[in-house]
Amino acid sequence: MTPDTLGSERPAPVLSIRGGALGFGGRGLWSGLDLDIAPGEFLAVLGANGSGKTSLLRAMLGQQRLDAGEVLVAGHPARRGARRVGYIPQQKIVPPGTPLRGRDLVMLGVNGHRWGPPIATRADHDRVDALLTAVGADAYADRPLGTLSGGEQQRLRVAQSLADDPVLLLCDEPLMSLDLHHQREVSELIDARRRDHGTAVVFVTHDVNPVLGMVDRILYLAQGRFTIGTPDEVLRDDVLSGLYGTSVEVIRSRGRVIVVGVPDGDHHHEVIA
Amino acid sequence: MITVDWETYVQLLALVQNSIIAAAVLGILGGLIGVFVMQRDMAFAVHGISELSFAGAAAALLLGLNVVAGSLVGSLVAAALIGLLGARARDRNSIIGVLMPFGLGLGILFLALYPGRSGNKFGLLTGQIISVDIPQLGLLITISVLVLLVLIVVWRPLTFDSLDPEVAHARGVPGRPLSFIFMVLLGLAVAVSVQVIGALLVLALLVTPAAAALRVSSSPVLVPVLSMVFGFVSAVGGILLAIGGSLPISPYITTISFAIYVVCRIVGSRRLSATSRRLSAPSRRTLEAT
Repeated sequence: MTPDTLGSERPAPVLSIRGGALGFGGRGLWSGLDLDIAPGEFLAVLGANGSGKTSLLRAMLGQQRLDAGEVLVAGHPARRGARRVGYIPQQKIVPPGTPLRGRDLVMLGVNGHRWGPPIATRADHDRVDALLTAVGADAYADRPLGTLSGGEQQRLRVAQSLADDPVLLLCDEPLMSLDLHHQREVSELIDARRRDHGTAVVFVTHDVNPVLGMVDRILYLAQGRFTIGTPDEVLRDDVLSGLYGTSVEVIRSRGRVIVVGVPDGDHHHEVIA
Repeated sequence: MITVDWETYVQLLALVQNSIIAAAVLGILGGLIGVFVMQRDMAFAVHGISELSFAGAAAALLLGLNVVAGSLVGSLVAAALIGLLGARARDRNSIIGVLMPFGLGLGILFLALYPGRSGNKFGLLTGQIISVDIPQLGLLITISVLVLLVLIVVWRPLTFDSLDPEVAHARGVPGRPLSFIFMVLLGLAVAVSVQVIGALLVLALLVTPAAAALRVSSSPVLVPVLSMVFGFVSAVGGILLAIGGSLPISPYITTISFAIYVVCRIVGSRRLSATSRRLSAPSRRTLEAT
């Protein structure tokens, strides 16, 4: 048991990582990751492909072990199917003819994990209705998923992820391939949830701009190293240059942030950090 | 066209009532499991399993063993191989493509070596439900009911895993065990179907009803219900039509099943065009509003 050294002023963290390390085939990706996420905190995880963003998320979901260290969700080791953890994936094309309407996707979040005769209870239906209303998806709840726009699908994904009233919301590129308007709408839904219910948010993304105004802290993974801090602490020339080990420039233009000069092996030319 | 008077028909009906029960249970099972076959994109796997099931049954016939048991063994071996080696769709299709002709070839070899009546030989390929004896019918019905029960227990997690695997796994639905369970259920369902309508025509009961239902609905409740009804009507209707004449049962089953699909396609395309008309109207309004 780890003693609670934080005292009573700060609430117990929703997610804790102690001495986290990850490596592929002997090559250490990063190590010594200590992280506490408080209720209602919004953490963006940035970094190039292969920096271990996805593996970190999988470790939080209990689908993968870190090579060292531990991941605690609400004080317990992360495990598969923890009920108070919500998950939002990136938007994907739904094949036409998929037998799912909007509300059915949300219903899967409510009772899809349950065994036994597939009979939805009155409480299940009420829960789905409430979730659909909460994300403003009533209008298209009965349409086949394949006929909905990416933005509409991601709204439903938010509703699905909230099915069990999560204390932690894990988002894996949820805004990918959405237009700017829908990026704003979906990210505002997630932001509202953490403000109103104190749900902690871990938001893996390659582009921090749509959520820049919401992010409390950034975990930036690169070149087998990482840095954690507020956006102003992390998105700086000297910090990212130190992280990448080469001269990197952070350009701020009209409220957007662009990182220029990221090494080739990591990403093509520039990262919209 | 051979006509049979009503009295004779009723007598015939009494004789084949166990076959009708078996067909009814299988029709329902085929309709339900077919929904998952479609969702998991495994129609080709069904065909592959049925050819190995045929080989197993033919081997049992040659060796004087229980044909249903032989069919079951063949099915389960094929289902296990496809499940183990074909996690990804492309691998799966190539493995099925390799297994299928091998199974069919083995089966034909066993049949060629079999000295008994030729009626039994073609029965395995094209259906022989009427010639299956009562104890074996009981076995077929028992297997079908068991598969149905397990299918109902795993229904929701299996649906979640089939339609939304990434979130399902994040939510703790055990993907690999479920895939394995599904392959076993599919193997059993195929083995029963081989006995009823023959190895070559299994798809008419395990795929066509679900494919038809998917043309007319997107509801996760209505699709299985319709598919079940279509499977039942095809299987039982096929037998009821066939016993009045001298033609085999299978063509009746496949024709009814196909006719239902064609009707559903026509109804479905009307529904789609109606939906797109309905959808285009509000989206135009939204454009004007913004």
